[in-house]
Amino acid sequence: MLKTYTYPKFEYRTPPEIASGQTLKVPVVVVGAGPVGLGAALDLQLQDVPVLVLDEDDTVSIGSRGVCYAKRALEILDRYGVGDAVCSKGVSWNVGRTFFREQEVYNFNLVPETDHHRPGMVNLQQYYLEEYLAARAASLPQIELRWRNKVVSVAQTGQTVTLKVETEDGFYIVEADWLIAADGARSPIRRMLDLEIDGKVFMDRFLIADVVMKADFPSERWFWFDPPFHPGQSVLLHKQTDSVFRIDFQLGWHADPEEAKKPEHVLPRIKAMLGAFDGTAREFELEWVSVYTFQCRRMGRFNHGRVLFVGDAAHQVSPFGARGANSGLQDADNLGWKLKLVIDGKAPAALLDSYSEERIFAADENLVNSTRSTDFITPKSKVSKTFRNAVLGMAKEYAFGRALVNSGRLSVPAFLIASSLNSPDEAGDTFAGRMLPGAPMDDAPVLDNGDEGWLLNKVGNRFFALYFADDPESLDAATVAGLSGLSFDGIAVQPLVISRKPGIVPGGIPVLEDLRGIAALRYDAKRGTVYLLRPDQHVAARWRTFDAAKVKVAVARATCNA
Amino acid sequence: MTLNLNPNFSEAGKRYFNAYAPGDDFYEMLLTAHRDLSDEQSELLNARLILLLANHIGDIGTLREALTIAREGV
Repeated sequence: MLKTYTYPKFEYRTPPEIASGQTLKVPVVVVGAGPVGLGAALDLQLQDVPVLVLDEDDTVSIGSRGVCYAKRALEILDRYGVGDAVCSKGVSWNVGRTFFREQEVYNFNLVPETDHHRPGMVNLQQYYLEEYLAARAASLPQIELRWRNKVVSVAQTGQTVTLKVETEDGFYIVEADWLIAADGARSPIRRMLDLEIDGKVFMDRFLIADVVMKADFPSERWFWFDPPFHPGQSVLLHKQTDSVFRIDFQLGWHADPEEAKKPEHVLPRIKAMLGAFDGTAREFELEWVSVYTFQCRRMGRFNHGRVLFVGDAAHQVSPFGARGANSGLQDADNLGWKLKLVIDGKAPAALLDSYSEERIFAADENLVNSTRSTDFITPKSKVSKTFRNAVLGMAKEYAFGRALVNSGRLSVPAFLIASSLNSPDEAGDTFAGRMLPGAPMDDAPVLDNGDEGWLLNKVGNRFFALYFADDPESLDAATVAGLSGLSFDGIAVQPLVISRKPGIVPGGIPVLEDLRGIAALRYDAKRGTVYLLRPDQHVAARWRTFDAAKVKVAVARATCNA
Repeated sequence: MTLNLNPNFSEAGKRYFNAYAPGDDFYEMLLTAHRDLSDEQSELLNARLILLLANHIGDIGTLREALTIAREGV
């Protein structure tokens, strides 16, 4: 098979605790150095918390696995310092074609909404993402990565989590104040703690293949329902980087995975598929092939005492919609700042319950959407297949039919509108648009001291009060004083003025210029509108007029200190 | 009244953040209604549902248009 990618081999070093026999004491240990574990480590490092990361392996994910990284994940990766690497290596696509039997039933062009830093998605093999995250983590002194270090037992008391770690040189003990379990769908940590994860296995199998195209091939997503070259099943083709394409064939439950993987069975399928669209024979080579089944399930809660579950360890969905790694990164995004406040004694442990509640809300949304896609793509009864085919049959001519075609609803962040951390809008304050309390922030282009930039790169990691003005010089002394000293019990709120006109606010409050008014439009801001933003770039509260006392109350609420 | 062929699902009091959500809500409801039914029972459910909705629409012209389109694709 062809190799477009060389797997890095991360260096194992003998842990000093093996010779010394000492227990290693750390504030936080992350188990699992996949995208979500590394994301959690990078998030905590931004919060100035040192992290130990343990992983039983010494390389990145084998095969492409996660393919699609959605806008919100890219924005989080920007905070983690790898957004540019992922976006410049990844490929974007806009044209999607949907086929039913022999016919193309429709195509779409996802022209991205302008004035956002990041696109709706980029496609990139998971191993690249992991490589960039690992390199970033390795470059930071607050993160210690230990490869080929396997956790073999775990126990927690009220105050500590104790791990026994196995290496080729022997065992040692880690005592951590907090454990983040990012050890994947089969989570050994979850099993060792005897915790449940409930849901269902989908009775279906999929063959996935990474294929290297020898000639130009359009940068498009192709989805087939019931194609002539693979009757009764579905097939997806997705472009990745380095001329590698990812192909998913639905096999059905009764297929023999070992047989299906054999090149003599895989190659004719791919050949038939690539020729089916326009009859052109295309040269390709197989790089990687695997067969998978999937489950849709989640834990009842994601925090158990001092153990916090993130990513696939906590929740698993079908792959349709790219909601696995994307939602796992949002777990890390949600958790980092909360754990920091709890570690520092600035918030009660109840704040970690809100991690569980908010991410369960998001996980359930992901489960619903990916299950609906699965039910559409792989109908399990005669009547559901009839409805599915009726929809596809009407999709070409009728807009309502197209809207019902569900070949995967791409990962979008959850609007945490029911979260107990939000402060509701005041009676009498009315807002249009979608930036309501609990919403993930919309991006907007801004000028920072004349330099072009993006709103989302200017906020995050701590609380911000975004104050909208027409002219920075127009802020009165009381407003400036109120904004400057904003904090609640040691939790500081960084003021940031966003203004149509450039200028300087007395007292050194930073100013962003909203040169085309796009931020004000997206946030439905008028002069004097204030948004309280969480460290994970979600709206916590908003007001039409600034009142420092109300902001403080909202910070207390957003940190479970109310 | 002419037959509306654009996406048209919504639920009172519910706020949607994605355009596909109300249609997907309906589609799931529809399949859930059929869950665990035999093929014959499903056929009966569909017939009852069509009659209920047709009566609700009421306008014969609209129904004629819908029947024509439905039949064309069979």
